[in-house]
Amino acid sequence: MHFLLSYLYEFRHQKLRMFLTIMAVSWGMANIALMLSVGEGLYQMMSRGMTGMGEGIVVMWPNQTSMTHNGFGPGKPVRVTEQDIHEGEKLPLVKAISAEYSGWSVQMKTADKNISKQVRGVYPCYGVMRNLIPERGGRFLNTLDEERRRRVIFIGNEIRNTLFGEESNPVGKTIWVNGSPFTVIGVMEKKFQTSMYSGSDAQASFIPASTFRTLFNRTYVNIVLLAPESKENSKDAQEAFRSLIAARHRFHPDDKELFHNWDTFETQEMQDKIFRGLQLFLGIIGGLTLLIAGLGVANIMYVTVKERTREIGIKMAVGAHPLLIIMQFLLEALFTVSIGGALGVAMSMGLMALFDLVPLPETFINVMGRPEPVFSGLIALVCVTILNFVGLMAGIFPARRASLVDPVDALRYE
Amino acid sequence: MISLNNISKKYNMGHVTVNALGPVTLTIHKGEFVAVLGPSGSGKSTMMNILGCLDRPSLGEYLLDNTPVHGFSRTKLARVRNMKVGFVFQSFNLLPFATAYENVELPMLYAKISGKEREHTVKHLLEIVGLSDRASHRPAELSGGERQRIAVARALANNPDIILADEPTGNLDSKSGAEILNLFEQLHADGKTLIFVTHDENLASHAKRIIRLLDGKINQDYTQN
Ligand SMILES: Nc1ncnc2c1ncn2[C@@H]1O[C@H](COP(=O)(O)OP(=O)(O)OP(=O)(O)O)[C@@H](O)[C@H]1O
Ligand SMILES: [Mg+2]
Repeated sequence: MHFLLSYLYEFRHQKLRMFLTIMAVSWGMANIALMLSVGEGLYQMMSRGMTGMGEGIVVMWPNQTSMTHNGFGPGKPVRVTEQDIHEGEKLPLVKAISAEYSGWSVQMKTADKNISKQVRGVYPCYGVMRNLIPERGGRFLNTLDEERRRRVIFIGNEIRNTLFGEESNPVGKTIWVNGSPFTVIGVMEKKFQTSMYSGSDAQASFIPASTFRTLFNRTYVNIVLLAPESKENSKDAQEAFRSLIAARHRFHPDDKELFHNWDTFETQEMQDKIFRGLQLFLGIIGGLTLLIAGLGVANIMYVTVKERTREIGIKMAVGAHPLLIIMQFLLEALFTVSIGGALGVAMSMGLMALFDLVPLPETFINVMGRPEPVFSGLIALVCVTILNFVGLMAGIFPARRASLVDPVDALRYE
Repeated sequence: MISLNNISKKYNMGHVTVNALGPVTLTIHKGEFVAVLGPSGSGKSTMMNILGCLDRPSLGEYLLDNTPVHGFSRTKLARVRNMKVGFVFQSFNLLPFATAYENVELPMLYAKISGKEREHTVKHLLEIVGLSDRASHRPAELSGGERQRIAVARALANNPDIILADEPTGNLDSKSGAEILNLFEQLHADGKTLIFVTHDENLASHAKRIIRLLDGKINQDYTQN
């Protein structure tokens, strides 16, 4: 009761200063919370975008030889065949492997539409590797499709939108690909994809590799998609496949240039590093703001205690235990910091809500999705703890000093 | 009941040592009514502060009820101030944010007196000082005389045997001063030990015993009619 009274009194008489402290604390708090939250949101968004292309895969482009071997000079193109891929499937470190044949501007026709888009011939395992999830009511290519060279097609969601209209379910309908009728078996669920090597999956269509080879008269794969057993043996798996190709094609066994590889493990790791760095940077800026706020609290606590030396003197003169005096000031510091902290959290929540209302360019949202700041309880806890600690430190020393003087000295203080 | 034995207080001011008080040897018995007089700077406040355990002597022994309080810890001294002596200041020293009622109640809070008993005592004390109708006023809303009467009520809160007052009328007009002295005479009649500092010979004449200080030492100490 008494504590609250004197706190309110203090508040009334030090309106401006108390207001400033609370603002400083809440501002620091909001700052750090916002920065860390936005950083975390960005990170999560980027990770999602990255995994849109599939996780734990290596994209391998056949290249050309760089060493002389068996009488052939360098510059011989590497041509990977269906048979090579099937041998690759037997390698122990390979979890899955798929050929990818690409046709860039392939005519796709329905009764009333006619477009030119990318069509890829792939294996059934490609769907899982590349994170192509069918919408409800549809499916991805399966082994029977592959074995029987079925004329079935799995289309990207934007292809569906163009050919059949948004939200429609074209499963069972027919698309004429290069003049041949294909039955739609599934539509890719809309996904957030920032990584890509041959255009957005939403703008592509997928047919069985076997069908593709016949239709387009192909022998060599454009791309080999390899999923190693684990992150740790990714390099070994790539090397195993490269050796296999070198042996089968009689290239120099040490020719490292047979493929251009894109290892998503590496990309993921690099992206992780970049964003952890960004997070750290934002955290440091937020932390500095918080520190400044903390110094503000410290300063005010210090001045408060000094100005209230007389009050301390009076209380001690009528018999207050010295510890009680210290407790009072600590409670006050905690109270101020807590109010400021709570306000700060409310402020950052409000700002995050506002963030949702900011009009972002349509295309940005379409490609990236809406970035959501992620506020974690841990962030809040850390901020509040730091602030309380600073407030306590700021209050405890002057309060202790005040409670250590004899009442006469405290009373003499003007 | 109060016994000072060669008490002195010195202040170190750089290389000069100021002897503010003493050595003073003095005994005051229970129920005495003492006025302390002396020119400015003669050590009156210094002595009162030591008597009230607000300050500690540099040298000497202070026995309060046969207990040597000069060696007491800060916590123990706080307890003495709380329970055994009531102190009235020239400048009132009331908490500005608390009401008259709460100011009187304060020493009882520190003594951990129950709420019911506190309420009863505060009401009784406000009645004694004639300010029952001012209970909810804050010091700023009271006259000087009223403030000092609240301060006297506060000094009486834990029913101490000794009331010390350092120029209690120093900031008051003569009428309010007379009222305070009236209160003191009443308390003296109730058996309290009263020691007050004044510059006013007229007010001092109400006391039974006069102690005159000069340069930190007792110059005269006598009992009057
Ligand atoms: N904190 C201090 N530091 C140094 N000297 C002090 C201190 N307090 C008191 N003195 C000195 O001690 C002496 C006695 O002071 P004290 O306040 O006891 O006098 P007093 O009799 O109460 O005077 P007054 O009638 O003006 O109140 C003075 O010379 C004063 O300057
Ligand atoms: Mg004095």
